[in-house]
Amino acid sequence: MANLKTGEKKTKAQSMGLHTEVLTGKTQQKFFNPDEAENFYYFGTYDVDFNKRTEIDVKDMECREANKKIDDLMKEGYGTIVIKNPQGKHSLGVGILNKLNLIFEGSLGYFGVGSMDGPIVRINGRVGWSCAENMMAGKVVIEKNAGSCFGAAIRGGDLICKGSVGARTGIDQKGGTIIIGGDAGAFTGFMMQRGRIIILGDVGINLGDSMYDGTIFVGGKIGSFGSDAVEAELTDSDQDWLKRKLKVAEIGENFDVSKMTKVVAGKKLWNYDALEPTEKKGAI
Amino acid sequence: MAKKNKKKSKVVKGQLGKKKETAREKMIGQTIGYRYDVNLLPDYSRLTPFLKKYIEAMGWDDLNWLEDVHMGYEENRPAVFDRNANGWVTIPSKIKLPNNQQDRDMIARELLVKFQMSPNHPLVDLKKAYLKF
Repeated sequence: MANLKTGEKKTKAQSMGLHTEVLTGKTQQKFFNPDEAENFYYFGTYDVDFNKRTEIDVKDMECREANKKIDDLMKEGYGTIVIKNPQGKHSLGVGILNKLNLIFEGSLGYFGVGSMDGPIVRINGRVGWSCAENMMAGKVVIEKNAGSCFGAAIRGGDLICKGSVGARTGIDQKGGTIIIGGDAGAFTGFMMQRGRIIILGDVGINLGDSMYDGTIFVGGKIGSFGSDAVEAELTDSDQDWLKRKLKVAEIGENFDVSKMTKVVAGKKLWNYDALEPTEKKGAI
Repeated sequence: MAKKNKKKSKVVKGQLGKKKETAREKMIGQTIGYRYDVNLLPDYSRLTPFLKKYIEAMGWDDLNWLEDVHMGYEENRPAVFDRNANGWVTIPSKIKLPNNQQDRDMIARELLVKFQMSPNHPLVDLKKAYLKF
């Protein structure tokens, strides 16, 4: 178990705790006490109750109107919101930085549930391009198929599609886990930098092209490897984690993870220059 | 006259010598990339009580976004990267760190959540100043 016991207090700065590092040439110090009261939510977010449930029909609403309505309901303390008749509208459910259970009864258009940080979202239909783009945290479950650029640039959280997805899934991914129950298109994991992608079915050509880091697990056939994507050994730790994640994703619980192919970066594209970030800051 | 204790600080370029360097690292005399395993999967038996409460409060099944959080280093001090502030947050020196990365990562996760949710987080001031709706 991690040990968080603190020692004797010395100076004010030492006793107050964390300091942030040099930012844009200026030292910014913010003091923080690691022993302060427990708080699990961001400043300015709403205290919602998962047991308080409501429904809204967005059939005749514009996307901004629908998103504003979701915000208003969270302000009233609703923790479970069911959206009826989304009818493929674009950019629904974006920018939610709150804990929330959000259920879409239907399909979403482009850029659905993007830039969100925390909610648990269930979409009973399909989704268009760039679903959950820039997602920071939370869980999204899509019952059917998804379009291209699924989970583009996501930074955290679990993004799950029970069906198949288009090309460039996880493009520029910087964290989090993308799980696909079916097949994935070409250039999956293109330029990914961190995080994990799990594909239970087949995947198209150029898998993990120009990936810098991160891990891709494939259960089916691989069309071809992209530039600098290489196969790695699947460890026991990987298998335990895969079983755990597939259980969380509500798919493939009986899937034989021991036969999956693990793909990582060969790191031959790591041609960074000689200066490390701290030295660069000193030079500014 | 009081003697001043002048400690000569050692100039350490990266962490060379502590691991097997690549040809390019030898050439530039610095470490390329991370000094810790960024792909290390979390050991859930080592969750802290705070993290358990956090997961429960958010309604998640596991560490979620915190799986990508690890204890790193900034200017040779232990630190954790705060993506919201886009900067490294150094760990207070009074916190004793365990020797294994799994436990260190759990501490990093706990401190990062506490820091992000603190009223002293830099984003609080930004939000007050620029929030539109």
